[in-house]
Amino acid sequence: MEKLINDFSFGLFFWQILLFVGLVLLLRKFAWKPILDAVNSREEGIKNALESAEEARKEMQNLQSDNERILNEARAQRDGMLKEAKELKENIIAEAKAEAQAEADKVVAQAQATIASEKKAAIAEVKTQVAGLSIEIAEKIVRKELSDNGKQLELVESMLGEVTLN
Amino acid sequence: MHPNLGTEILRVMQKRTIVKFLLIVTLVFTNTILFAKESKTEAKGDLKTEIKEFIDHHLQDSHDFTLFSDKETGKHYGFPLPVILWDGGLKVFSSSKFHHGETVAEVDGNYYKLYHSKIYKTDAEGTINYDDHHHATNDKPLDFSITKNVMTIFFIGVLMFFMFRSLAKSYKKNNGIPTGIGRFLEPLVLFVRDEIAIPNIGEKKYKKYMSFLLTTFFFIWLLNLLGMTPLGVNVTGNIAVTFALALITFLITNLTANKNYWGHIFWMPGVPTFMKVVLAPIELLGVFIKPFSLMIRLYANMTAGHVVIMSIVGMIFLFKSWIGSPLSFGLAFALSILELLVAALQAYIFTMLSALYFGMANEEAHH
Repeated sequence: MEKLINDFSFGLFFWQILLFVGLVLLLRKFAWKPILDAVNSREEGIKNALESAEEARKEMQNLQSDNERILNEARAQRDGMLKEAKELKENIIAEAKAEAQAEADKVVAQAQATIASEKKAAIAEVKTQVAGLSIEIAEKIVRKELSDNGKQLELVESMLGEVTLN
Repeated sequence: MHPNLGTEILRVMQKRTIVKFLLIVTLVFTNTILFAKESKTEAKGDLKTEIKEFIDHHLQDSHDFTLFSDKETGKHYGFPLPVILWDGGLKVFSSSKFHHGETVAEVDGNYYKLYHSKIYKTDAEGTINYDDHHHATNDKPLDFSITKNVMTIFFIGVLMFFMFRSLAKSYKKNNGIPTGIGRFLEPLVLFVRDEIAIPNIGEKKYKKYMSFLLTTFFFIWLLNLLGMTPLGVNVTGNIAVTFALALITFLITNLTANKNYWGHIFWMPGVPTFMKVVLAPIELLGVFIKPFSLMIRLYANMTAGHVVIMSIVGMIFLFKSWIGSPLSFGLAFALSILELLVAALQAYIFTMLSALYFGMANEEAHH
């Protein structure tokens, strides 16, 4: 300890304090502050860049999921539309079929009705003609038959007989 | 207590054990070899004293920068430094006037003599009076000389200024990325910030201590490293320097301390009143012991490192044998590598503990 105190040089202590404090102040102004500021701003920049990259990544992910969703929706829509179209087609076909059937039935019915009425008319005409013909024939036969008086009397008599029988 | 501190202390202790072990091994070796040789040469004793004196001289500050000297011709190679004395007025002269303590320097009618690296006021003949314990009793003028250590401190200051100025400038030039030597320096700066300042002081308050911590770390480290060079400077192993550094830590700690810190010292919360009274003087003592330990730790570690290495280097010349000298050389080499580690470690420990004390002074109450 005595040696330590003996070795102690006040002059050196004085210069050490003076030079060291001066060095601290000088370096603070010209070195430490600019260095630490630069390092800090660089670290800040790196942090920000990382953050914005992360954000961009997230946004990208969002976008991708959005895209996926939209695609899915579009797909679903398309499927729906296709299904609808198919249904519509089937409906239309079924309807058309039904309508055609109905039309056909109607036509057939009409045709049948026409045929029936034609047939009736024809039959009626045939009947009238047959009746006229029959009357003519009957006239002719009657005339021929009733050309002599004998025969006319005979007829009257038979008719009268018939009435009395009744 | 900080978890890092425990491991650090353990590491330092382990290192010390290794050093101790190596020392013991060498001492045992030396003694046996010396013992065997003692009878042969008588000059050995002289060489030993000479080495001891050389080491003593190296550990101390000096008023001139001597790189090496020739013992036979008495010539010193180096350059003198300015001597600044306050002795009833400012006296400035070159240290070459002392002729390395061999002559008396006369300035304005006063006579000064360099004796054991200290300047004494003497008469014209340069008489030094001694007391019973062989201590010089002459007057000592206040010595503000630019000594070897002051010059080295100044040199390191300039070096640091240019190093870190270039780092600071390179950010502007290169869009926030350091260039050149800055690529090496920036991780060290970040190390001080991320491993020393923020864990010990806390994210919120570390910024105002950064200038001191960074300067201290690089100052001590560079001076420790410079001490490893053959220039023969020993700044961080000087008690005045470590005292100044520890004093600054002490002042910053106590001047920036908050209420909670002082509360823990004078009126420890959460213990009985009797214990509060007992603890107060102990805690108060701790306030001074903490920076004191900083001062002693750095001083002792660097001085010990210098002594050990120089002793082992000295042994190379003592042995002059085919076994001893290479062995000493190998040991000196190994220890030099260890000292390189110690140079960084001591800078780290000083800065880390300073940061720890700042952190304690800023701790918020958590009861």
